[in-house]
Amino acid sequence: MSAALETRGLCKSFGALTVADRIDFRLESGARHALIGPNGAGKTTFVNLLTGLLRPSSGTVLLGGEDVTALAQSGRVKRGLGRTFQINTLFRDMSVLDNVALGVAERHGVAGGFWRPASGQRAVREESLELLARLGIADEAGRRVLDLPYGKQRLVEIAIALGLKPRVLLLDEPAAGVPSLESERILQALDSLPEDIAILIIEHDMDLVFRFARRITVLVQGEVLCEGTPQEIADDVRVHQVYLGERHA
Amino acid sequence: MNHPVGYNADHRLRWTEWLPWVVALAVFFLLPDYLSLGARVLTYILFALSLDLILGYAGIITLGHAAFFGLGAYVTGILSAKLGVNDPLLQMLCSACAAGLLGLATGALVLRTHGLTQLMLTLAVAAVCLEVANKATPVTGGADGLSGVTVAPILGLFRFDMYGRTAYLWCLVLVFGGWWLIRRLIYSPFGAALTGIRENSVRMHAVGAPVYKRLLTVYTLSAAIAGIAGALLTQTNQFVGLNVLGFEPSGELLVMLILGGVGRLYGAFVGPLVFLIAQDFLARQFPEYWYFGIGLMLVVVVLFARGGILGISDAVIARMRRKA
Amino acid sequence: MQAFISSLVSVAFHGVAYGMILYVISVGLSVTMGLMGFTNLAHGVFAMAGGYVLVTSLSRFHLPFALALVLAFVLVAAASVVLERFLYSRLYGASELEQVLFTIGLIFMSVAVARLLYGTLQQPVVLPDYLKGQFALLGRDFPAYRVFLIVFSAAMIGALWFGLERTLWGAMVRAAVDNRAMAQAIGINTRRLFTITFAVGSGLAGLGGALGADIVAIQPTYPFEQLVYFLIVVSVGGLGSLRGPFVAALLIGITDTACKYWLPQFGAFFIYAATIGLLLWRPMGLFGKRT
Repeated sequence: MSAALETRGLCKSFGALTVADRIDFRLESGARHALIGPNGAGKTTFVNLLTGLLRPSSGTVLLGGEDVTALAQSGRVKRGLGRTFQINTLFRDMSVLDNVALGVAERHGVAGGFWRPASGQRAVREESLELLARLGIADEAGRRVLDLPYGKQRLVEIAIALGLKPRVLLLDEPAAGVPSLESERILQALDSLPEDIAILIIEHDMDLVFRFARRITVLVQGEVLCEGTPQEIADDVRVHQVYLGERHA
Repeated sequence: MNHPVGYNADHRLRWTEWLPWVVALAVFFLLPDYLSLGARVLTYILFALSLDLILGYAGIITLGHAAFFGLGAYVTGILSAKLGVNDPLLQMLCSACAAGLLGLATGALVLRTHGLTQLMLTLAVAAVCLEVANKATPVTGGADGLSGVTVAPILGLFRFDMYGRTAYLWCLVLVFGGWWLIRRLIYSPFGAALTGIRENSVRMHAVGAPVYKRLLTVYTLSAAIAGIAGALLTQTNQFVGLNVLGFEPSGELLVMLILGGVGRLYGAFVGPLVFLIAQDFLARQFPEYWYFGIGLMLVVVVLFARGGILGISDAVIARMRRKA
Repeated sequence: MQAFISSLVSVAFHGVAYGMILYVISVGLSVTMGLMGFTNLAHGVFAMAGGYVLVTSLSRFHLPFALALVLAFVLVAAASVVLERFLYSRLYGASELEQVLFTIGLIFMSVAVARLLYGTLQQPVVLPDYLKGQFALLGRDFPAYRVFLIVFSAAMIGALWFGLERTLWGAMVRAAVDNRAMAQAIGINTRRLFTITFAVGSGLAGLGGALGADIVAIQPTYPFEQLVYFLIVVSVGGLGSLRGPFVAALLIGITDTACKYWLPQFGAFFIYAATIGLLLWRPMGLFGKRT
């Protein structure tokens, strides 16, 4: 069976600088997979290559077995690839509901309609509200994102991605900058996600990574160093040297 | 008030939204001497509405919106003065189509770029139009402008009278139509998507929105509406001159919209009204002070009153409510 | 054939002179836009002000030409510092729209002030005798003032390039254009750097406006009418680049002169059309940073 998401020999360089070096990577359907690595390892570049924000220098990206390397972002979204951003990239001046509904409406194919009012799009509204409820922020639906505390903004970030009904979800540091109490809530939200979604999480909070992920890939200087279960990774000497080493040595 | 659009918005008409139309009709009956100024104000309201649609809602900054206004004005002028096509509806339709096509063609190029390049391209498109109108003297009259425009009765029934009554009502009807269309559009999912693009186009791409297509659609529509406003100007003045094209009219339009308030729909009503009335009273006597005044006003609005007149009135009302 | 070559030389010569002026005026705009990310549409105001300083010092105060040029640079630079400190600096980091509107406001105000002080007519430039007449070179006669223009501008440009390449100030400017956060992190006072750079750029614009007063007429609508040319130079050349705008300015100077000479019935049409084409081909300009 083909993987939910797969890359083969993915390379990206900016001039002389190689930021992704022949990355072979498989994300099985329903996976809970984490990508870790020291700062500057090329994790965000890798995500940007997966989503189509960046074009690879060579190599292929397969989504559900289909080659999507040539597709733009919107094409990959339509084929079930969703993502969140490391730094909140929300529609700051719009309501929480709108933030989610914009994407939901695109998926329902009603976002180009320009005659009937948006507030009359029952299905879009209900689905968006349901999503907010699942993440525990339904009460905030009418508020401007700008006025929300940071932790809740991170949840909106996830809600937007879920609104795309992705089969593969890329979470770029979902708990970055969130106080530990609230990161617990984010973890709860992640745990409640449907089992069949394949999730790749990029995170610095090792506590969160080891509690959430069932497999971990370590990226160093644009290359895959190793991959395994959390236990294997925790025991791996090379990981200690290049990654954990910088903190615990 | 400031954020009316989207999936949470109440799209029903509020009583305040009837005010412009009540005022417009009151002017018609009570101030018959001011109908030609009134028609001018209405024309610029329609023009400003078209700009608000792309600038205020979709966030496209343009220094060349007068290209579409001017093209609309010239198409109607040329149809009448050179080709003898005097039916106002037909003139209007041709102006709208021509301006819309120009919007589609230039938008297809301009909207691929960002920042300074985009700004520069909008300006260059307008400059090309001005240069063409200036040099193609046999068709456009060049620097002398195009006179001898005649307009047949609307639908063969309503003659353009010397008091400007028909012209005023004709403008009012078209502004009402334009307002209705744009209002529906901004409250629709399409309008919400435009706001999303303005707020964060990167994220709109990431939720799978065809951003470029949406922008091109609205740019074309806005250009067509600006073309209709240009046609109105020619029909009511029965003359077209080079002053409808180039950077200055584009800049003045920006001033009007900023003065009223951007992205509020009704800023496009308040701005031209205040601007053109002030211009009518001040500009002829004190042209230097007038120019200085609008410049100063822009600077002050940007530095201290970012919502324009409507923004200030919102803030005042909000403060009064809090005290009450 | 002889006549054609002669006109070719003449067009190239006048085109280069015009291009030099365009560059001296626009280079400050390129650097400040690249450095501060500030969309300053009012840059032409500084050039116009320089022109007015020159004609006033020459015809009203009968100052020597050289001193008038110095004054054009110094006074405009000083005025720009005041503007930068009190107005421009409030809008660093503001949205592009706000910067655009603010600077359009400045244009309107300056147009009004110029009209109030000088009227709407264009200002004649009274050149000193030693810059009048012709200058013989390789068996041809060239207008002496244009020769002076080219030589003087070239010297200015040389000095500027040297300053940016070899001095500490230049190194800091280049570092800040390249990566502002990094420049701040290594302790460069970007605030002061902005002010100085803005002043130098504006002063150069004033100088360019003064030098070019004989070619580009000094009149109140100058900032409106010339804006498109300055923006073309900057956007075609590439933001934050020094050499890009130089190439662009020369290209535009020569093309514009050639079009006006051989195809006057088309006016500036080809310049705009070429600009549109070029920006579509290379949206970041000829030498712009790729993003």
